[in-house]
Amino acid sequence: MGHHHKENFFSKYIFSMDHKMIAKQFLLTGMFMGVVAMVLSALFRMQLANPGSKNPILEFLLGSNYVTEAGAMTPDAYLALVTIHGTIMVFFVLTGGLSGTFANLLIPLQLGARDMASGFMNMLSYWFFFLSSAIMIASFFVTGGPASSGWTIYPPLSAMELAIDGSGLGMDLWLISMTLFIVSSLLGGLNYIVTILNLRTKGMSMTRMPLTMWAIFVTAILGVLSFPVLLSAALLLVFDRTMGTSFYLSDIMLAENGIMQVLAHDGGSPVLFQHLFWFLGHPEVYIVLLPALGITSEIIATNSRKPIFGYRAMVGSIFAIGFLSFIVWGHHMFITGMNPFLGSVFVFTTLLIAIPSAIKVFNYLATLWRGNLQFTPAMLFSIALVSTFITGGLTGLILGDSALDINVHDTYFVVAHFHIVMGLSAIFGMLAGVYHWFPRMYGRLMNLKLGYVHFWGTFICAYGTFFPMHFLGMAGLPRRYYDNSAYPMFDELISINEVVSFFAIAGALIQVIFFFNFFYSMYRGTKSPQNPWKSNTLEWTAPVEHMHGNWPGEIPTVHRWAYDYSKPGKKEDFVPQNVPLSKGEKEH
Amino acid sequence: MDINFILKILIGLLIIVTFFQVIRLIELSSRLAENRDQVTDKSNFYNGLLLLLSGIGLLAFFFWQRAEWGHLTLQAPASEHGVLIDQLWDTTMGLIIVVFLVLQPILFGFSYLYRGRKNRKAYFISHNNKLEIFWTAIPTVVLSVLIVYGLIVWGNVTDVNNAKGGIQMEVYAKQFGWTIRYSGEDNKLGDGHVRFYAPTNPLGVVTENMFNLQSKELESKINSDKEKLLTEKNISKKKSISDRIERNIAKNQMYKAYYNSISEEERLAGEDDIVVSELYLPVNQKVAMKFRSQDVIHSAYMPHFRAQMNCVPGLSTQFVFTPTMTTKEYKEYLGNPDFDYVLLCNKICGNAHYNMKMKIVVVTQEEYDIWLKEQAETRMIKNM
Repeated sequence: MGHHHKENFFSKYIFSMDHKMIAKQFLLTGMFMGVVAMVLSALFRMQLANPGSKNPILEFLLGSNYVTEAGAMTPDAYLALVTIHGTIMVFFVLTGGLSGTFANLLIPLQLGARDMASGFMNMLSYWFFFLSSAIMIASFFVTGGPASSGWTIYPPLSAMELAIDGSGLGMDLWLISMTLFIVSSLLGGLNYIVTILNLRTKGMSMTRMPLTMWAIFVTAILGVLSFPVLLSAALLLVFDRTMGTSFYLSDIMLAENGIMQVLAHDGGSPVLFQHLFWFLGHPEVYIVLLPALGITSEIIATNSRKPIFGYRAMVGSIFAIGFLSFIVWGHHMFITGMNPFLGSVFVFTTLLIAIPSAIKVFNYLATLWRGNLQFTPAMLFSIALVSTFITGGLTGLILGDSALDINVHDTYFVVAHFHIVMGLSAIFGMLAGVYHWFPRMYGRLMNLKLGYVHFWGTFICAYGTFFPMHFLGMAGLPRRYYDNSAYPMFDELISINEVVSFFAIAGALIQVIFFFNFFYSMYRGTKSPQNPWKSNTLEWTAPVEHMHGNWPGEIPTVHRWAYDYSKPGKKEDFVPQNVPLSKGEKEH
Repeated sequence: MDINFILKILIGLLIIVTFFQVIRLIELSSRLAENRDQVTDKSNFYNGLLLLLSGIGLLAFFFWQRAEWGHLTLQAPASEHGVLIDQLWDTTMGLIIVVFLVLQPILFGFSYLYRGRKNRKAYFISHNNKLEIFWTAIPTVVLSVLIVYGLIVWGNVTDVNNAKGGIQMEVYAKQFGWTIRYSGEDNKLGDGHVRFYAPTNPLGVVTENMFNLQSKELESKINSDKEKLLTEKNISKKKSISDRIERNIAKNQMYKAYYNSISEEERLAGEDDIVVSELYLPVNQKVAMKFRSQDVIHSAYMPHFRAQMNCVPGLSTQFVFTPTMTTKEYKEYLGNPDFDYVLLCNKICGNAHYNMKMKIVVVTQEEYDIWLKEQAETRMIKNM
């Protein structure tokens, strides 16, 4: 350490290079983006439950361009809302917000490092993230509106303003924002990997690392390997949009001022974009999910007062999932006209992922078995994650099977599947993490009762929102439809849509309790003891008050794994990692 | 803004304020309690109980939804391969539901059974290799079966040779509608390319007549522009005319090059093609649909036939299936006289995506033959 230079407001709160402050910055930005994305979803759920409904809130929030003369939402606005909702949730909340917060907070603290390998890169990572968030939000305010070709921005729709208004300046901003996001993610990811490999304290061998670390480690590797591919996909799209190249475009004819025009593009393939996009897109699912699984492994072990069951199998399945996630992207493209044989290969690799996923679920259940479960809000959210991971994971067996995918591809069945297995699981993991490590971040405890109210409300609304969507999908209802009333076969589905919208909006409102609890406890919460959850990991050996370098004096040395809970022969039901083995004691 | 709206906003604000006050009350009252913000045996008991109840609730919700909404889902498939897909669906779904009904109760049951109590100690166990191998093997075996079964069905449905002996036809997508091309008596679709588009040739079908007509038209355009160029004085207008000439010459060359690149056979194949804006299919007769798009990606989704394929600009895709029930039969089966098969767009394609649809009419072979003959006589493109 040595350099205790004076901190001013800017270097402490704004351009901080301290990993704990950067983690909080990521968390707050992620939470803000989460609120935005949630409000967007509440708006389009209003439209779906009550098509063409007039609502003064719409005009107030969206402005007159997005509202028909009758006062309802326009189809363009609807598509813009779903596009930006998806983009923000996947990238800004569940990638930036989740990994950014917990990787930054936990890597140095759990591994016993003074800070990240490069504090400067870490700061850059946050500010690129901030900038890209700001640009994504700004895209709401430009002519033509934000990108509205779905979060997957498939060309040619995303390549030509003639095809949809949102593919004008809004799409440019989307691409710029995403480019900056990728830079942020790469700077962060490299830093995580280097820190985990090089800066572990004495005794912290890789096999003694808590599972959060393994999850974040594999997540960072996935990000570093796959995000550059999205970057190249985005760059080629920029070329096609602005420089007249034809990477993705071919044989296109569109009406310009009412006259059909054949565009000059020739020889490109839109399917190429899909390959590049999903080469990131599928690992991205696990970039979102793995940190959540890591966080809950930690929380479930701590609050079951038991070792995590099958530590090695858990690590192995994280690696297996990480590896397989790179060779399954084609299951998003079964019906693009891809060679059916290639489809078969992707069916095979995709369904294999169910094996490590099943192992993880069994291990969670075995950890709960004969435990002494302490139901903190963090623990409740972790159990909810296991539940949604089961429910959502199972329907993956249907969608990963190409023959079945034919009929439910791009229907609400898909929406239900990925919202439950990826959206809910990851959000639950993130909320669990916030409740669990809030004392570590702010030195105070969050209010317990409000936490319970928040959990139960959220859990009920989550299933109420997404479970019924399976039935919409099995009725053949395509996603991204602004209004289903043009189809008599979907008439009766409105009753399901009303249920979904009710729970979605109620679920969004319940989050107010969380935000209140969060900010209130930040200033008024009970002062936290040093180790409020009686946890074994190193972060709870550091003083409650944050300091540069994390530990005064020596960094603790590690003597055991992180899961010596309720070990026979010990007085307490936990033995922190820095406690030496007593005479004759075996390491688990 | 009318007074009503302001009132609503005020009421909304009031509700929010009340809400916060209530929360504050809870917060302040819990301040007085001992062991604030720490779990107790009591809170563990209530949350464990709630978890148990919510597990039961989840299963109840699941069964309630099946009872309440099950009839809204797609009913029996109306195609040959649809039966195979539905069998695979039922098998997989059955399996999934069993696993769901086993694992969720275990999760929520454990949560209640092993809720924390002060004088309890958890059982220390870190792993059990036999058990872990056992529960790795089970999903592996089950998945192997599922994979093989799924791939057999997939292979059946997508076999390229399926197209042989089917009625050759084309489904053509654009923002925001569908056009259908039947291959006529020769049962061969002529070549089509977006660059041959003309108002009289919306699908850009390439035939000798069409080529001559379009090429001639272009040549006459070029010639008349050349004459105009001689008399035009305004320099900027002159420039735009000569640009147009260059463009049209290039286009004409492209026409010729493309026309010469396709075989005589293909040119002839297009001669008797029938372009229509309705989709009729004969029952129990294999149809080989080819898909094209002229602008963005669309997806031709025919849920009742368990059929779907993307329409990709610059690419020709295919899906083969055999309808097994006429529209009339399916109406009777559902007991719904207003029922119609439908072709929907299922890939986001622009603002009217939700409204890009076409009715599919499945009729008997005789009805189909009569209908097609009528179409051939009054077809949209007479001069092909």
